[in-house]
Amino acid sequence: MRDQRRGPLASVGLHTTLVIASAVAVFPPLWLVVTSFKPKSEAFSTDVVKNPTLGNYRHVLGDTEFLTWFGNSLFIVVITTILGVFIAATTGYAVSRFRFPGMRPLMWLLLITQMFPVAILIVPLYNIMSTLGWLNQPISLIVTYLTVAVPFCAWMMKGFFDTIPVEIDESGRVDGLNPFGTFWRLVVPLAKPGLAVTAFYTFITAWAEVAYASAFMTGEDNLTLAAGLQTFVNQYTSDWGSMTAAAVMIAIPAALVFSWAQRHLVAGLTAGATKS
Amino acid sequence: MAVDTSRPLDPAAGAKGARGRGGQLHKDGTPPRGRIRNALARHWYAWAMVAPVVIVIGLIIGYPLGRGLYLSLTDANEANVERTIGINHIPATYKNVGLDNFKAILQDQVFWDRLGWTVTWTVCCVALTFSIGLGLAVLLNRRFAGRTLYRSLLILPWAVPAFVSVFAWRLLYNEKNGILNKVLDGGGIDAVPWLNDPTMAKASVIAVNIWLGVPFMLVALLGGLQSIPGELYEAAEMDGAGPWQRFRHITLPGLRSVSSTVILLSTIWTFNMFPVIFLLTRGGPGDATEILVTYAYRLSFVNSPRDFAGASAWGVLILLILMLFAVVYRRSLRKQGEVW
Repeated sequence: MRDQRRGPLASVGLHTTLVIASAVAVFPPLWLVVTSFKPKSEAFSTDVVKNPTLGNYRHVLGDTEFLTWFGNSLFIVVITTILGVFIAATTGYAVSRFRFPGMRPLMWLLLITQMFPVAILIVPLYNIMSTLGWLNQPISLIVTYLTVAVPFCAWMMKGFFDTIPVEIDESGRVDGLNPFGTFWRLVVPLAKPGLAVTAFYTFITAWAEVAYASAFMTGEDNLTLAAGLQTFVNQYTSDWGSMTAAAVMIAIPAALVFSWAQRHLVAGLTAGATKS
Repeated sequence: MAVDTSRPLDPAAGAKGARGRGGQLHKDGTPPRGRIRNALARHWYAWAMVAPVVIVIGLIIGYPLGRGLYLSLTDANEANVERTIGINHIPATYKNVGLDNFKAILQDQVFWDRLGWTVTWTVCCVALTFSIGLGLAVLLNRRFAGRTLYRSLLILPWAVPAFVSVFAWRLLYNEKNGILNKVLDGGGIDAVPWLNDPTMAKASVIAVNIWLGVPFMLVALLGGLQSIPGELYEAAEMDGAGPWQRFRHITLPGLRSVSSTVILLSTIWTFNMFPVIFLLTRGGPGDATEILVTYAYRLSFVNSPRDFAGASAWGVLILLILMLFAVVYRRSLRKQGEVW
């Protein structure tokens, strides 16, 4: 842009800073990957990898409930993401395009739900889930995660829809589409970056949630990854080899979703943050 | 926030139907019922679209909130709530105790200690995350070789689920064998008890939270920077403004709306940040790193007997503090002329 005259010194400074920052950002996950390939006995050796082994992975996949937890998490997260994106999009569209009674309170409601500490909701929710017989059922976590992710996503989507010209909706109406049709056929396809960010955010929220997952799900078979991972390293045992291997496998789906959403992140978040 | 929603679209869409029907109703002379029907005809699309959120929030947040408020006024705990053991159904026996829970909490030094540390934690985390995110965003907003690569690397922590990252940090922080201490050892420095000394533990959890939070800040602020027109900088340069002046008088004001949103959100999130502290230190050593939220969680899920009433009362207090903060924050933004 306006840096043609940057001196060599400034250039060195710029790159040094960014290299250091990148190293700090990358090192912890990288070290996790490195450690996961070490034999159990060498988990803490500082050598990069002397005797690389897949033993940790074999152990986690073969001898623990990891795959069950993975399946549980995947099921919960996929359903949450699909529902969450859909609900957040319709809400965001409505508050962006229509002025209707109850809109302002709704916007406030969405902000205020961000403030709810897990602590105030978790006990009553636990009681409700137990009354409904939903404890240890995926539905309890799906519903809970929706309430965590949707308010922020709806806010973000509103900002995003604000950047899509209204003329597009008008042209849809001229062509005889009703508001739902306009939304679904014209606006949603244009809102893909926003939807991608929303999907990513919902996915990562649900994939990484710890408190509700540990409280609602008990018994080896019902745990999600976040709760299951804790069983490898707790007060009594510290099986770092299994923990790191499991952690790497947990991070892979998130990384895939992330790389898919990444190019949309800047565009999507900008709209959300500047316009809301 | 919701100020600029008066889109020309809706008046065009709604008003057409409304005007026609409104006229008819006026002739018929049935305003009150007509108004409701009118409103329904005019707004049902919008209401139908927001209904799922309202229902989900209403059921899953509204009802538990009411219940939480109610429980905070009782002496409910594990031993006296309604429960089923085998086939025996035992009805609840807890009773209303008014504001006793709140009185007890507010008179207890534990609450004030936890509050003090929670505020310190939030302020440190948000201030540092914001400054680092802003610094990196400014650097990345220039054009130079490798920019895309740097950006991908810098937002990588975001791609890793938070609890996985936290375990990675526990690996690094391990006192006897963690790599941080090994490296220090190589430099002839004694091992640092990262998570076992109260002061070090506090610094350590803050560091991890900053590490987790910077990518979000970076992306949001980078987006904000890209929306500032380049001509402003060129004009300022013509007028002889130095880099610092340009940063102060163009960059910061240009980022105001993004910053105000991300600061508000990240303050709320950090204040309630459960997983980092819970998984890294469990609030320890002792209760040095326990923030309000983890303490409330401990009351209802870790301690025995589980103190549901106490946890709810703590929750109510946390919520009140955050709402107070949001109101004050919003008012101060308004004074600066921010429309939010």
